[in-house]
Amino acid sequence: MKKSGILMIIGSALLLGLFIYPLWNIELGAPQYPDPLAMNIYIDGIEGAEEFDIQNIDGVNKYIGMKKIPKPEEMWEFKVFPLVIGGMAALGILLGILGFFGKISPHWFLGWFLLMMVLGLLGMYDFNNWLLDYGTDLDPNAIIKLKDADGNPLNYKPPLLGTQQILNFTAHSYPRAGAILMFIGMFLTLVAWWVGKKEVRGRKVT
Amino acid sequence: MKNILKIAAVGLLGIFMQACNNGDSSKRSGGAMASNVAERVYVAPGEHDEFYGFFSGGFSGQMSVYGLPSGRLLKVIPVFSQDAEKGYGYNEGTKAMLNTSYGFVPWGDLHHVDISQTNGELDGRWVFTHENNTPRVARIDLNTFETGEILEIPNSAGNHSFAITENTEYLIAGTRFAIPSPQKDISIDEMKGNFKGPLTFVKVDQETGGMEIDFQVIMPGFNFDLAHPGRGKSHGWMFATTYNSEEASTLLEVNASQNDKDFIVALNWQKIAEYVANGGGTKMEAEYAHNKFDHDTHTATTEMKKGIMTVDPKDVPGAVFFMPIPKSPHGCDVDPTGEYIVGSGKLAAELTVFSFDKIIEAIASKDYDGEVYDIPILNYDNILAGIVKEPGLGPLHTEFDGKGNAYTTFFISSEVVKWSLSDFQVIDRKPTYYSVGHLMIPGGNSQKPFGKYLVAMNKITKDRYLPTGPEMNHSAQLYDISGDKMELLLDFPTIGEPHYAAGIPADLVKNNSKKIYRLDENKHKYAVKNESETRVERDGKDVHVYMTMVRSHFAPDNIEGIKVGDKVYFHVTNLEQDFDVPHGFAMIGANTAELLVMPGATKTMLWEPKKEGVWPLYCTDFCSALHQEMQGYVRVSPENSSIELSWSLDGE
Repeated sequence: MKKSGILMIIGSALLLGLFIYPLWNIELGAPQYPDPLAMNIYIDGIEGAEEFDIQNIDGVNKYIGMKKIPKPEEMWEFKVFPLVIGGMAALGILLGILGFFGKISPHWFLGWFLLMMVLGLLGMYDFNNWLLDYGTDLDPNAIIKLKDADGNPLNYKPPLLGTQQILNFTAHSYPRAGAILMFIGMFLTLVAWWVGKKEVRGRKVT
Repeated sequence: MKNILKIAAVGLLGIFMQACNNGDSSKRSGGAMASNVAERVYVAPGEHDEFYGFFSGGFSGQMSVYGLPSGRLLKVIPVFSQDAEKGYGYNEGTKAMLNTSYGFVPWGDLHHVDISQTNGELDGRWVFTHENNTPRVARIDLNTFETGEILEIPNSAGNHSFAITENTEYLIAGTRFAIPSPQKDISIDEMKGNFKGPLTFVKVDQETGGMEIDFQVIMPGFNFDLAHPGRGKSHGWMFATTYNSEEASTLLEVNASQNDKDFIVALNWQKIAEYVANGGGTKMEAEYAHNKFDHDTHTATTEMKKGIMTVDPKDVPGAVFFMPIPKSPHGCDVDPTGEYIVGSGKLAAELTVFSFDKIIEAIASKDYDGEVYDIPILNYDNILAGIVKEPGLGPLHTEFDGKGNAYTTFFISSEVVKWSLSDFQVIDRKPTYYSVGHLMIPGGNSQKPFGKYLVAMNKITKDRYLPTGPEMNHSAQLYDISGDKMELLLDFPTIGEPHYAAGIPADLVKNNSKKIYRLDENKHKYAVKNESETRVERDGKDVHVYMTMVRSHFAPDNIEGIKVGDKVYFHVTNLEQDFDVPHGFAMIGANTAELLVMPGATKTMLWEPKKEGVWPLYCTDFCSALHQEMQGYVRVSPENSSIELSWSLDGE
């Protein structure tokens, strides 16, 4: 089970990319912002793509009463996410090593993958909730108060994934290197399970 | 991927255009492509020009920045005159820039402009310029496009000739109006022999661009007109024309035009600098202002300096020579190789070209034709490289395209003439509209010209634009000089009287241009970095308001406790850190200009309230959707009022 063990180790180690690269990016372009404002979302906080982008996004959002972009200490997620990702990477690497020496069944790899999927979906759900709150929990004294066709306050939630027009801004929300490495890594762990199963079957035949 | 496709498409289009051009090159002036003139100066909306052009604003005292080839005005940089638009010279932070030994001078006559050079090539660090009326030189910083320093030149008048040496070692500032040196109360009739024409050498700090007077060469009392540095082989020398070698003090138009020949001075500044460095020269009493604008404190300061080092040319043998040149020369231009010095006698019907090699030979063999005030005159015939015969009337200035051609303007015959440096024959001539003075080819005053465009700066406009009353702006014309024949592409109006311009490829400048001032680097004495620090403090009659602005409010915006007779200093900091979000500040009844404050900067306005009441202040630069709401009030109480200072924003 050497090959699958190595794949598992590499796959779960790729999660560690999230400590270097951003998970997600939300870019806000408008006619008067030919160089769009953008924020990079890391597992431990949010940073502007350019030094003063966060300050400038807050400045623009003030008009419609949106809250300020949270600082790391203002959201529990930025403390928990690094622990979860670090823990899952460590667990995956441990499983890979055990698999490499044939101590465990490849189904453990699948188990890790499924756990990671659940955690990932929870993370996405939480992220979406934050975006929803950010886009709808508005200051009642906002300078600009707009209503939709039904008379409800306009929802300024940026998309979880994709592109959407919000007033004069076009918001693009897409995964970045950290998330892409994570997706590749998770795919590799699935491959590890597949390859591991074959290796085990091969060994049984001989 | 999209970008790759775009590049490929542009590439293909380029090849197609090239093919069209090639097919048409023989009949370029009259063929189908001649009708695409509009296309060649058209810079599509949102696109950028290929060159920056820094244009002298002459008697406006300012420098204007144009994009070329479009001729679009990008900015006016205030230098020697107060500028109400930007508050320059009005507000407390920039007033000191206009201090001189004569006191505060609100206006200046900006003349030639030149871009700093390294190894004889444009380097895009700074633009230097100078002022004719109250002799001064100035540096404009090309990261902020602001005036960073102004240095007064003492013991001089009519600071007209100006040159930068090829590594920006020195700025050279000449004296156009000979004066007693040092100044004294004598009869004007005693001018001859008693007046002097000092040439000042200003040393430039290579790190900061900072300017200091190194020495002054006390030349005879001729009128020094235009100067250029030697370059390449002639590096270390400078050349300047003089007129009025007659030393007339009255009716110069006649009396200074009597001598058949005046002079170009050839001066070995390296030799003189060495002489001074080794302890040579005589200290002379002088007083001059040195004004610096600090981009961190956003504040200008004046230092009054005393004394300058002077050098009598007699004391440095082999350093200063005169070259005879026909009738009242004006232009004196050095070609990119440094070999040819082109002199334009503005009353002569020909152009004189001197050879640097022959000058050096003549000096070595002491081939003199007499001397004047102990300065040897070189033998005219033996230093001549050639004469351009019948080029036009009233030659003024020459620039070069780096392909062996020279271009000279002719004021009287209103034309620009292209001629060859190899055989001194005229190649082409094109009319200008009208009475052209200076011309500019980007890099045309360096070792490496970018010989694509030529800009002629005309003194007279007449019918070129819609009439605007008796006063018309001056007019510039852009020619394409990439082919054998010059082609007129564009007219555009200019500000004041452009005495010269300097062009540079945009790529050498644009990436250094700042977008904001960093708030965390703001060292202004009265800056506040966030709204919680804003306050109002009284110190006797002086009241200091520490105020901030951000879209779209002032903090504080309600102030009470101000009294008639107070001096209220509004120190206003723009908290924005976003490109192109300036805020303005105006106060009713202030006897000064508005403040225009860039992101991260602090500016100070002095307001002396004279009447009781409640007086509004507001933002003058449309900053945001709620710009109109960016306003506030100051309550002014009687002088003896006991109302305490208080201030607030939204009741807090």
